[in-house]
Amino acid sequence: MKVLGYVRSNGSVGVRNHVIVLPTVICSRVAAERIAEIVGVVCIDNQHGCGQIGADLEQTERTLIGIGRNPNVAAVLVVGLGCEGVRPEKIADKIAATGKLVEHIVIQDVGGTLKAIERGASIARKFIQEVSMLRREEVDISNITLALECGGSDATSGLVSNPVAGYVADKLIDLGGRVVFSETTEVIGAEHILARRAVSREVAEKLLEVVRRVEEKAKSMKVDLHGGNPSPGNIQGGITTIEEKSLGAIYKAGTKQLQGVLDYAEPIPNKSGLYFMDTPGQDIESIVGMLAGGAQIVIFTTGRGTPVGSPIAPVIKITGNLETYKLMEENIDFYAAVIEGKETIQEAGERLFNEMIEVINGKPTKAEALKHWEFAIHKLVSTF
Amino acid sequence: MSVSHSGIFGRVAVVLHKGDNVATALTNLCRGWEVIVWRGGGEIKVVLLNDIPFGHKFALEDIPQNGYVIKYGEVIGRATRPIKRGEHVHVHNVESLRGRGDLEVGVK
Repeated sequence: MKVLGYVRSNGSVGVRNHVIVLPTVICSRVAAERIAEIVGVVCIDNQHGCGQIGADLEQTERTLIGIGRNPNVAAVLVVGLGCEGVRPEKIADKIAATGKLVEHIVIQDVGGTLKAIERGASIARKFIQEVSMLRREEVDISNITLALECGGSDATSGLVSNPVAGYVADKLIDLGGRVVFSETTEVIGAEHILARRAVSREVAEKLLEVVRRVEEKAKSMKVDLHGGNPSPGNIQGGITTIEEKSLGAIYKAGTKQLQGVLDYAEPIPNKSGLYFMDTPGQDIESIVGMLAGGAQIVIFTTGRGTPVGSPIAPVIKITGNLETYKLMEENIDFYAAVIEGKETIQEAGERLFNEMIEVINGKPTKAEALKHWEFAIHKLVSTF
Repeated sequence: MSVSHSGIFGRVAVVLHKGDNVATALTNLCRGWEVIVWRGGGEIKVVLLNDIPFGHKFALEDIPQNGYVIKYGEVIGRATRPIKRGEHVHVHNVESLRGRGDLEVGVK
């Protein structure tokens, strides 16, 4: 099956053609934002980049590099302060290895905010004109990596929207694509079911291990996970416990074998199939991890409704809750009319698959139209 | 896994697995109503003891205190007090078994 995409020089395929401004540290974020405003491109949010050590520093770097390397991104302007732990030249070099357009500027080198903005805007202006010459080409759908997210869940999520997303996940894998899902907290209580689907004992053990680690971390706070997860909105929507939420959440992962368990923002392997990424249940951090891993498109299931999107990828939001759809139609792209009895899960899944193809080929999602550019990096430990 | 979502289609309540002891309301249901649900091919009639909001659960049978609450054919928690057939099943009478840092040794 063919779709339209931007073929990058390393062979990867983008479904969007973004120029991004990427601050390496919170201190360069304002300058980066001003540059992005002047030329009308995306600025990536970054609350971190300084006072980080060890695995925490590596994770922030891996995420920023992964976002820059994402095939939806055509050109990257890295904006650093100069003294931060996340080195601007290192981030720029690692992204440039893909062959895409990358430049970096450092505020302490150029002499302040205004000079950085002037120089940065000039570079970004040049990037916009260059990437505008790139054209979509016909490529095989097997180049697509779909990320699955659920957020603002209610009882309809496990009944309708997650099984509908799962149908799309299965179909994409049958066509040679990759699917990644995440949110380790929301596997607690359903890990044994996913582990049985693992391709090997190693993959099963790694899944059980990451779930155990997250549960232990939550327990180390000496409180009940309940209230944080499931959230008050989940509970209002009929979800009673984390086990119930997880058992509903895993339906979005369809029925295929689990090929691997990835660290946060780890590059997703090229091999077709289903992957799990170890991320928190917080939607934005979760989506960003999967996009840094290389996913080009997101299907986001919701019951309570959510406006969330991404600065670099289309996020298709779906619900099986009619009330929510009516209330938040401006934010939700797709309603699966299964509870009303108007379509089956398979029929809704087929419709959602077709919608995904339209979006891959260029149709903007509602979150894209509204510029919902939420972005957050999952931090591991406190700042030093 | 023999969870079936096919029962969702146009019903007032659904039981997802034949081993479940709760059903999920697919519309707002009222106290006193007799609801018919299908579980593993068999019909169950339940008189509701509470209003059951859309998406919420009610018991298909009496569940003793500390008894497991089963949905999707899996344990989703345990009853914190006896739950009667037809009663609303939610956070007021069910607790999670997982992520319970509050139950750790040495915690008051």
